[in-house]
Amino acid sequence: MQQSSLRSQQRLEAATGYTFIAPQLIGFALFVLAPLVMIFVYSFQQKNLLFGTSEFAGLANYKELFKDDLFWKTMGNTLVFSLGVVPLNLVLSLAIALYVGGGSRGVGFVRSIIFLPAITSGVAWSIVCKYLLQGGDTGPINWFLLHLGLSAHNWLFEKGWAMGSVIVSRVLKNLGMNVLIFIGAVLNMPQDVIEAGKIDGAGHARLFWKIKLPLLMPSVLMVMIVTVIGSMRVFDTIKLMTDGGPEGSTMVMVYYIYHKAFKMFDTGFASTLSIVLFLIVLVLTLLQWSVRKKVSYYEN
Amino acid sequence: MRTNHILGESVRLLVLGAIAIIFIYPFWWMVVNSLNSAAEIFGKPRLLPVSWRWTNYLEIFQVQPFARHYLNTLYVAILGTAGNIIVASLSGYAFARLRFPGRNGLFLLLLTGMMMPIEVEIIPLYFEMQKFHALDTLTPLVLIPMFCSQGAFSAFMFRQFFVTMPDELEEAARLDGLHPIGIYTRIMFPLSQPIVASAAILTFLSIWNSYLEPLVFLSDIQKFTLPLSLANFNDSYGLPQWHLQLAATTLSVIPIMAVYSFFQEKICDAMVNTGMK
Repeated sequence: MQQSSLRSQQRLEAATGYTFIAPQLIGFALFVLAPLVMIFVYSFQQKNLLFGTSEFAGLANYKELFKDDLFWKTMGNTLVFSLGVVPLNLVLSLAIALYVGGGSRGVGFVRSIIFLPAITSGVAWSIVCKYLLQGGDTGPINWFLLHLGLSAHNWLFEKGWAMGSVIVSRVLKNLGMNVLIFIGAVLNMPQDVIEAGKIDGAGHARLFWKIKLPLLMPSVLMVMIVTVIGSMRVFDTIKLMTDGGPEGSTMVMVYYIYHKAFKMFDTGFASTLSIVLFLIVLVLTLLQWSVRKKVSYYEN
Repeated sequence: MRTNHILGESVRLLVLGAIAIIFIYPFWWMVVNSLNSAAEIFGKPRLLPVSWRWTNYLEIFQVQPFARHYLNTLYVAILGTAGNIIVASLSGYAFARLRFPGRNGLFLLLLTGMMMPIEVEIIPLYFEMQKFHALDTLTPLVLIPMFCSQGAFSAFMFRQFFVTMPDELEEAARLDGLHPIGIYTRIMFPLSQPIVASAAILTFLSIWNSYLEPLVFLSDIQKFTLPLSLANFNDSYGLPQWHLQLAATTLSVIPIMAVYSFFQEKICDAMVNTGMK
């Protein structure tokens, strides 16, 4: 009797468990797993969104990918974007975190000022940045530069400046997040080690390079990978500020996927591009997980 | 020593002041010029509007169905957030507290959803929504935050929270003969308020700000959400109507800022946690 009531209770628990996870897992299967499978299927197809045609094409898209100059160009642009965003973001956010410190005044400053763009939509922020960067001597930023005796530029339409301008806009938008993460990490540094360093007469520079930075390294690594992944996925900033121009110099991967699939209707080839993005993000995520394991190892 | 200290403090004020200007000025500029005419926007930057054209804020409702766009955004944000919370708290609770075969494997599988960028899946999702006759409706914008990475992330947060609950709580309720559904609705879900708040903030913000999904799924102007609407303030020649675009942008940013000013700490913490997920 006892036994069977226990078993019926277990059965009830399992049934409830499956019922509770069912909505999430059905949705997951429909909107995450199925699309993932389909993107691989499409990448082997000649598929056109406008005509609704799709036929098996073997490796044709993959072969085309390697020959496609624009693909290599967008890969290069994405790399440049990342190489601009990531170091600039890390250096600035770490410097600000160390400078304002972990006191309530410092955190308050970051929360109420540096964090503002982070809660603003990418579209709103990009629109405003685009206006501020308006060319000629009437753009607000140019106006300030001219009055400081510097030269004005047509920031978003000159090949040499467009990428830099998008990079800076993007860094400013997301900086607050990383500053707050680093402030948390700064607060977690063991103070006795730093005190010991100070007593031994280490100056500011030495203290930073020899003691603080190594202590912060696990967080720096984590933040770096997360920021790299974010930069690989950039779209709204580019679409709204430069629309990929001038002369495709700010055309990045996601922009190219969007352009190929929904402007040129070549969804087969665009799916192959998506696979490349997927693999890059996958590798970075695996890296992130292995780093996190190490980080928590150090923390314990 | 004393003069050094004063010097240090003044340098600090200068540095923080400069940083503050860099981050505040774009917003200030946006609000000021949302009250100017198109011609007054460029040229010498001003600290206050020139003509105080409040009519800009009326015109945005005339050149586009902007009120409709606002309601659409509220609709998908509220529905998507509510759906996300219900689905994720249920599964988070089950993964944390109920024993059933395959529990850990299924949870790990779900976690992979957290890393899946929507950009990768947007093409198959488009065809899927086409099949469901959901293109040009708001349905995909509700479903995606419920089930894609945002959904998986919420489930993860709920699971981590429920796992830390003491067993005694449930035992007592179970001995009183309460069904697991009752334990969830009467005890566990009410206890998870802090997670509900974090997950709701993150989901709501991500829907409010999302751009690629509406851009791909919507073409009927009656269905637009705010980010699409903002990008669409052009006159019949395709030239941007700057002053109106800025007024609309201001209107889209203000409610978020207002809410943020009340719940700064909570919102920051929630977002920083996603950053480190």
